[in-house]
Amino acid sequence: MNKKIKFAQGNEVCAEAALYAGLDFFAGYPITPSTEIAEHLSIMLPRKGGKFIQMEDEISSMCAIIGASLTGHKVMTATSGPGFSLKQEALGYAIMAEIPCVVVNVQRGGPSTGIPTHGSQGDINQARWGVHGDHSIIALTASNHQDVFLMTVEAFNLAETYRTPVILLLDEGVAHLRERFIVPEKGEIPLLTRLKTSVKEGVDYHPYLPREDGRLPMSDFGGTHRYNVTGLYHDMWGFPTTKPTIVHRLIHHLVHKIEHNVDRIARFKEYYMEDAECILISYGFSARAALHLVKNRRARGERLGLLELQTLWPFPSHVVREKCVDARYVVVVEMNMGQVLQSVKLSVEQPEKVFLANRIDGVAITPTNIKNILQVIRGKGV
Amino acid sequence: MGVKDYIRERFFPHLWCPGCGHGIVLNNLIRAVENLGLDKSEIVMVSGIGCSARICGYVDFHSLHTIHGRALAFATGIKISRPELNVIVAMGDGDAVAIGGNHFIHAARRNIDVTAIVMNNRIYGMTGGQFSPMSGYGIKASTAPYSNIDPAFDLAKLALGAGATFVARTTTYHVKQITDILEKAIPHKGFSVVEILTQCPTEFGRRNNMANPADMMEFFKNHTVPVGSKAKKKNPDLIERGIFVQKEMPEYCSEYDKIVEDAMKGQQS
Ligand code: SF4
Repeated sequence: MNKKIKFAQGNEVCAEAALYAGLDFFAGYPITPSTEIAEHLSIMLPRKGGKFIQMEDEISSMCAIIGASLTGHKVMTATSGPGFSLKQEALGYAIMAEIPCVVVNVQRGGPSTGIPTHGSQGDINQARWGVHGDHSIIALTASNHQDVFLMTVEAFNLAETYRTPVILLLDEGVAHLRERFIVPEKGEIPLLTRLKTSVKEGVDYHPYLPREDGRLPMSDFGGTHRYNVTGLYHDMWGFPTTKPTIVHRLIHHLVHKIEHNVDRIARFKEYYMEDAECILISYGFSARAALHLVKNRRARGERLGLLELQTLWPFPSHVVREKCVDARYVVVVEMNMGQVLQSVKLSVEQPEKVFLANRIDGVAITPTNIKNILQVIRGKGV
Repeated sequence: MGVKDYIRERFFPHLWCPGCGHGIVLNNLIRAVENLGLDKSEIVMVSGIGCSARICGYVDFHSLHTIHGRALAFATGIKISRPELNVIVAMGDGDAVAIGGNHFIHAARRNIDVTAIVMNNRIYGMTGGQFSPMSGYGIKASTAPYSNIDPAFDLAKLALGAGATFVARTTTYHVKQITDILEKAIPHKGFSVVEILTQCPTEFGRRNNMANPADMMEFFKNHTVPVGSKAKKKNPDLIERGIFVQKEMPEYCSEYDKIVEDAMKGQQS
C-alpha cells in the first residue's frame, strides 16, 4: 500500500492529527510559538463543516471550547506560556464539570513573556498544578512528528474516555521543526468517542452520578435531557451543594478517575534499555538529543539506554521505577530546572542515583551537552 | 403551561434574599419564553458568577453556570457549535462589564445571536456589597465607605458603541415591560442586550438609604422615563428605559456558514 508521506511543521502535524481525531471546533488567540495551529485550522476546519473562531483573548478561547464540547463536539485550543497561564481558571472549570477538551501548550521560555521564539520545557509542573485546588490531569508530549500525530489523537481519545481536559505539551523545537511523517490511514489509529447516556426521554437522567466503573455518560446540550453544569461542588443533578459527604465523594472521584488509571494512561518508548547501566529519561525535543547520544555511544559499546516519556501526567512512576531498578545512573534530560527530575526521584528506589542534564538558555540541548554532563556524573571530568 | 413548568422545583427554595429583584427577572423571563412558545430543550441559559448567576440553575433549560465574567465566552462556543439553539446569558453588572467587559464588547461587535440579560443592581451582592462599574459616583459600598468616586458606565451606550443590534433597558418595577422587551430580544437575530435595573436591598439599599425593597422600586418608578421623553431633556439625571435600537445586521453564525460554504466549494474545484 502506498503510504502518504508529508513534510510539515510540528504545529501543522498537530492540527492535521486533531482533524483526523474528529476535531470540529477550535477557538484560539494568536501567540508565538503555537499560532500555526490556529492558522492551519482556520483553513481546514470550514472545509469539513467545522468551526474555527479567533476569540478576543486566551481566556475566552478556553471558555468557548468548553461551551462547544457541551453541545457534543470534539474541541481544542492551542496556546503558549502566558496564554496557558491565562487559561488556568477555565481549565479548572473543565476539570470540575468534567468536560472533554484538548489544550495544546507549545512551550516557550518563561516566566512572563520570557523568550517567545525559543524552546523550553518549563511548563511541566504548571500543567500539573496550574489550576487551583486539588485535581488530577492528563498531559502528553512527543518528540517527533510521527508521535506528535499519534499523541494528538491520543489526547482526544483520553479526553473523551476520562471526561477531562488533556494537555498536549509540545515545545517550540518540535512545533517549528519541519520533518517528514507518514499520514496514518483512516482507521489505523482507533478513535474513541464519548460515552452517551442511554437514559430515554422522560426518565430522570443524573448527569453527575458515576457508573460503577467511574464513568459518566454524557448528554449533549440541545438534546432531550436538560441539566445544570457548574464549577461549584455539585450533586448528581449538577446542582451546587456544600454537603460534606457529596464534596468528599466528588473530589475523590475527580482525582481517582485519573490516578487509578495511571497504567492505562501511561505512554512511553524504550531504546536500548535491556542491559543499560546508565538510563537517560527524556521527553519532547530534548529526547531527540538524548536518543542521538544513546545510539552514538552504543556504537562504541557503552551501555546507555533511553526511556522516553510521552505521558507526563499522571506521572508513570511505576514504569520509571521498574525500568530503572538495575541502572547505576539515571539521568533526566530536560530543558528546565529539573521539573521531571523531581518526579523521577520520587519514583525510583535510590533517588541518589538520579541526576539532571539540562539546558535552559533558550538553546536546544545537544548530544554533546548531555555527553559532557555524563562525564561529570561518572566522575571522569569533561 | 404555567410558570411552574419552566422551573426546577427540586432546587428551590432559591438563595436570593427576601425582596431581591432577581426573582422578578426570573418570573418575567419565563413568561416571555412561554409567550414565545419556545421549547425548553431549545434553550441554553448561561450565567457567570454572583447572585444573578444562580438564575440559570432554577430554570428547566439546558443550563451552564460558568466562571466570573466569562459567561458570554462560553455562550459563544455553544452558539457557534449549535446555532439552532436559543442562547440566553444572564449576568450581573460586575460580571458583565467589570471582569467580563472584554467579552461583552466583543460579543456585541460580532453580533452573535445571543441574548444578554444584565441584571444591574449596581453592587457586588454575593461578596458583600462592593462597588461595581455600574454603582456610580456618590454611592456607598463596602469598599467605598466614604463615597464612590468611580463614574458608572452607561451600559446601553456601551453596547451600542460596541455593535449590539438590539439594546434595551427596563427595571423590576416595570414588569410588563421586562416581558415585552424579552419577547423581542430573544428572537432578535443578532446580539441583544437587555439591561434590567434590579434591587439589592441587602447590600445596595442598606448602604444607600433604601433598605426597604419597595424604596428601591419607588426609585425605579420615579427616576426612569420612556426613551426619548421630554422629561429627560429637562432632567438629564433621569434614566431612559425602553428599546434604544433594534436593527438588522449580518449575524456571526450566518456569516460563518457562508465561510463554510466557500471553503467547501473551494475544496471541490
Ligand atoms: S445580596 Fe442582593 S442581589 Fe444578592 S440575593 Fe441578596 S438582595 Fe439579591
